[in-house]
Amino acid sequence: MADGAPDKTPGTVRLREASLRPVGSFGAVVARELQLAVRRPADVLNPLFFFSVVATMFPLAVSPLPQVLEVIGPGIVWVAALLAALLPLNGLFGQDFDDGTLEHYVMSGQSLVAICFAKTVALWLVAALPLVLASSVVAETYRLPLEALPVLVLALAVGSFALCALGAVAAALTVGVQRASALIALLVLPLMVPVLIFGTRAVSLAGAGDPVAGPVYLLLAIGLAAALLAPIAAAVALRISLD
Amino acid sequence: MWKWFHKLASPPHFYRLAGLWAPWLMGAALILIAYSLYAGLVLAPPDYQQGDAFRIIYVHVPSAYLSLMAYTMMAVASAIGLVWRMKLAHAVAASAAPIGASFTFLALFTGSVWGHPMWGTWWEWSDPRMMTELILLFLYLGYMALRAAFEDRKRADRAGAVLAIVGVVNVVLVHYSVEWWSSLHQGQTVMNEDATMPASMLTPLLTMILAFTLFFGAVMFMRLRGEILLRETNARWVRRMVTGEAAHG
Repeated sequence: MADGAPDKTPGTVRLREASLRPVGSFGAVVARELQLAVRRPADVLNPLFFFSVVATMFPLAVSPLPQVLEVIGPGIVWVAALLAALLPLNGLFGQDFDDGTLEHYVMSGQSLVAICFAKTVALWLVAALPLVLASSVVAETYRLPLEALPVLVLALAVGSFALCALGAVAAALTVGVQRASALIALLVLPLMVPVLIFGTRAVSLAGAGDPVAGPVYLLLAIGLAAALLAPIAAAVALRISLD
Repeated sequence: MWKWFHKLASPPHFYRLAGLWAPWLMGAALILIAYSLYAGLVLAPPDYQQGDAFRIIYVHVPSAYLSLMAYTMMAVASAIGLVWRMKLAHAVAASAAPIGASFTFLALFTGSVWGHPMWGTWWEWSDPRMMTELILLFLYLGYMALRAAFEDRKRADRAGAVLAIVGVVNVVLVHYSVEWWSSLHQGQTVMNEDATMPASMLTPLLTMILAFTLFFGAVMFMRLRGEILLRETNARWVRRMVTGEAAHG
């Protein structure tokens, strides 16, 4: 596809051609991120691999007894998925910063909020969605009842979106900082406490056969608020970082 | 009014003002602390349920209050600094963070010391206030770690400001979610003496809160003086002040 053009930035031309409508830049950025992910499958596979390894440690460390796994299962799936979703955050804006794409984004005249939202959506599609799907397999091995699986997938999908949105803020704040991974984790994890509480609660309730509407609605509310507000904060943070 | 505000925000003016105020605030704080300690530890009667152990509230409650106050102050100052690009506001946020973190730690520590004889454990995971304070401490530490990651003070100011504002939404959310979460786990371990606290117990608590607030103000002004000097190292008024004082000495 790229004849002579630099391989690293396949979407920049398309971005330039995109009209000044935010929707145009949104589609172009998402398409570019997906294309990059296809060309570097490690970005998708490493968090998945990490997630599986972490989930394997707990039966070894705590106990392989079914009644124990049943209790700790929802929490472990959640924590492992959140930790795994932290891995790609460092590179979210880092690579774009290194090769100059980020400055083009800022100077392109396109809405930076729309671009940040696009980056969030793309991150979720590339890094979080596979984790959400894999989590249903892991939960099954942790003896989670089958009828709780849809709740787990839905809750984790929403929760991981909130993580991607807030993670984008942390990543935008630390653009250009050396070895920012630990710092990003330190900034994001305390912010994820409400999501973790409602998410694990929903799954536990579903496992016991109780109604889950309460925590699921609260989780959806947090997810929506994060989707609306976090890209604005990320855009502000990007402008500060590139100042 | 605006003139006064502008003058207050000018670093050399504020530097002098803070230097004038800090010793008075500190003096008043120390006197009030001494009085409240005497009134709280000696004059106030022991609690009919908790005995003398309740007396730790004279340190615990003011610390917990200041841990939240300092965070609010940090976030408001950050917003002012971000919107109106006021240099002094960023200095306020930067100085408030370590003090707030210290009070958060003190609140957690005294709570833990109280919890050991009362609840039979140093740490109770299911108590919502302990969890909220712990998350608050993590937020403070994250804020300070983020600031420390930048060489450039301007960028540290503005990046920290964004984080402080995002965090203030989170503090509220964490508070309610943790409360909801713990109410599901077990009946909350509540102290229910607040409603009927006699004046001999309550007055020292109120004066102690005032004393801690004054102490906070004094430390805040001292830290702010340091921050202002760091930020204005190359300003003419600092150089003049340093050389002038050197000539005197």
